[in-house]
Amino acid sequence: MPLPEELKKKKKDWEETTLREVISRYPERKTEFVTGSDKTVDPLYLPESFSAQEYLEKQGFPGCYPFTRGVQPTMYRGRLWTMRQYAGFGTAEESNQRYRFLLEQGQTGLSVAFDLPTQIGYDSDDPRAEGEVGKVGVAIDTLRDMEILFDGIPLDRISTSMTINAPAAIFLAMYIVVAETKGIRKDKLRGTIQNDILKEYIARGTYIFPPAPSMRLITDVFAYCTREVPQWNTISISGYHIREAGSDASQEVAFTLANGIEYVRAAVKAGLPVDDFAGRLSFFFNAHNDLLEEVAKFRAARRIWARIMKERFNATDPKSLMLRFHTQTGGSTLTAQQPDNNIVRVAIQALAAVLGGTQSLHTNSREEALALPAEESVRLALRTQQVLAYESGITSTVDPLAGSYYVEALTDRIELEVWQYIDRIEALGGMVPSILKGYVQKQIQEAAFRTQKDIEKGERVVVGINRFQMEEKRPENLLRVDPAIRQVQTDKLSQVKRSRNSSRVQHSLSALRQGAKQDDVNLLPLILEAVREYATLGEICRVLRDEFGEHKETIVL
Amino acid sequence: MSSKKTRILIAKPGLDGHDRGAKFIARALRDEGYEVIYTGIRQTPEAIVQTAIQEDVDFVGLSLLSGAHNELFPRVVDLLKENGAEDIKVIGGGIIPEEDIPLLKEKGVLAVFGPGTSTEQIVEFIEHGSGR
Repeated sequence: MPLPEELKKKKKDWEETTLREVISRYPERKTEFVTGSDKTVDPLYLPESFSAQEYLEKQGFPGCYPFTRGVQPTMYRGRLWTMRQYAGFGTAEESNQRYRFLLEQGQTGLSVAFDLPTQIGYDSDDPRAEGEVGKVGVAIDTLRDMEILFDGIPLDRISTSMTINAPAAIFLAMYIVVAETKGIRKDKLRGTIQNDILKEYIARGTYIFPPAPSMRLITDVFAYCTREVPQWNTISISGYHIREAGSDASQEVAFTLANGIEYVRAAVKAGLPVDDFAGRLSFFFNAHNDLLEEVAKFRAARRIWARIMKERFNATDPKSLMLRFHTQTGGSTLTAQQPDNNIVRVAIQALAAVLGGTQSLHTNSREEALALPAEESVRLALRTQQVLAYESGITSTVDPLAGSYYVEALTDRIELEVWQYIDRIEALGGMVPSILKGYVQKQIQEAAFRTQKDIEKGERVVVGINRFQMEEKRPENLLRVDPAIRQVQTDKLSQVKRSRNSSRVQHSLSALRQGAKQDDVNLLPLILEAVREYATLGEICRVLRDEFGEHKETIVL
Repeated sequence: MSSKKTRILIAKPGLDGHDRGAKFIARALRDEGYEVIYTGIRQTPEAIVQTAIQEDVDFVGLSLLSGAHNELFPRVVDLLKENGAEDIKVIGGGIIPEEDIPLLKEKGVLAVFGPGTSTEQIVEFIEHGSGR
């Protein structure tokens, strides 16, 4: 949007007189100021000429296209965001205790972290699980573990998010069966499975199968949930890990939305009408320290997604056009040095998420550059959200930073950069070829490399790392996961195997194998049967590995 | 740099997908003039040792953020020994609690570099065996 002529002239005058004079006597602290994403920041932003028509096209009203100002008309005046701390470690018993603690502390939704063997479809007794059982999340081998994990938790009253991707369909099935045993029907279930394989290839690493069968599993989930689990978010298309891997803010949005385009395209190609499933797509973004750039990022993401869905996929239901998202504060911004400083970083990042209109939020704990957080630190992180929600006043109006000359300029700039990346990816044939060629990974790595070099050169200041360092005692009372857990988990697994009906297990697994061979069979009902018979996660994934093969990383350096 | 052509394998053992640090260090060491090979993620200790021997490296740098270091780092050291390649030096990095470091060193990991380590510190170690 152009500056009005008169203002443009006045600005020039100001720059050449007042500003120049001051700078000649008192130079600015740096020759160039940049955002957290390394983009130039002007000293001053001015109002742009803006017709009512232009306002409506770019910003509009909250709850209305293009949703720049938020997905709900009342935003936090109506309902606060869901406070949802990502948690899980050790056994299902221990994680269940942590969930109960969090709910007692006023958390309003659950978010399950699984250990790596679980995420990659290996049982706890698999040789590949060596050293990893229960470490970065809870170990789940069979339905039995899921029953324990949700023991005493009212699945009809809370929503549950599960960070699970390659085996997402299996965990949705387990959740449905656990709810059934509690007498809760699947159309009452609310929650999310991450189910976003493309960013696993790009940035997170817990892929199992190659792209084509993975996309089929995802589409099967969309189709099944549309009919059977209508309140479930079938996917959480995630920029979080792309940013953690080192991308800048625009890349985070661009690659996430490009992944989104790929999922929508795959589902439409499989014959699903876009408005049947698009309203259940959800997103997940990072929040970093550059407060205003982050706020602009969230606003730009909503505007672009609405346009993609409307113009490229001809969606008409407003729900299909809304980008609803979860936010987690940026893990990679945390420092192992002076860990209490992280409390402040998290507060700034959480503020960005709320000013950006997030639907749910995880705030990191202070010692997460060192270990999984202890209860006391998690409580403090949750309290940070509660202070924002109840004391800061930012929840009293919708999209309070709209109209800030700087924030609007940042929103426009991010939008422009995102479209450029999306066009480039489309030119490469879409996201799958762009990943297999290493294009996306390369872009992220370049940004990550620059950031780290800037830190090492001292050009980017990280408090406690390259400035304001001090001698300190090593932190105490860090949470440790007992390595004996693998044995505990393995014993539990053998017990389940002894008590189940093995011929029925085998029967369900061969039915799944037959289904996997035919592209037009929805695998969800077959997976549900196998889960019900206490087939293990490893057994189910073994069948699918046999039929689908395994993905191999494109190594880009 | 005195020892040009020092060969270094940067490896990701276990199931952890966090490769930002490993890739940074691989590229930064390459820029310092070393020959650097990177394995990619999700490598077994066996595969890492095989690559290390095949590529005739001087150092193996293991990167792990998932907490499986106590099992996997010593396993790499032991397998190198079993294969007569105990001259290959093993160093590590990632999210490694302080109290685990003495044990890892006892088991033959020469140095462990935590978050906040600079390229310079690692180069210093490679060149002079000091730093951490």
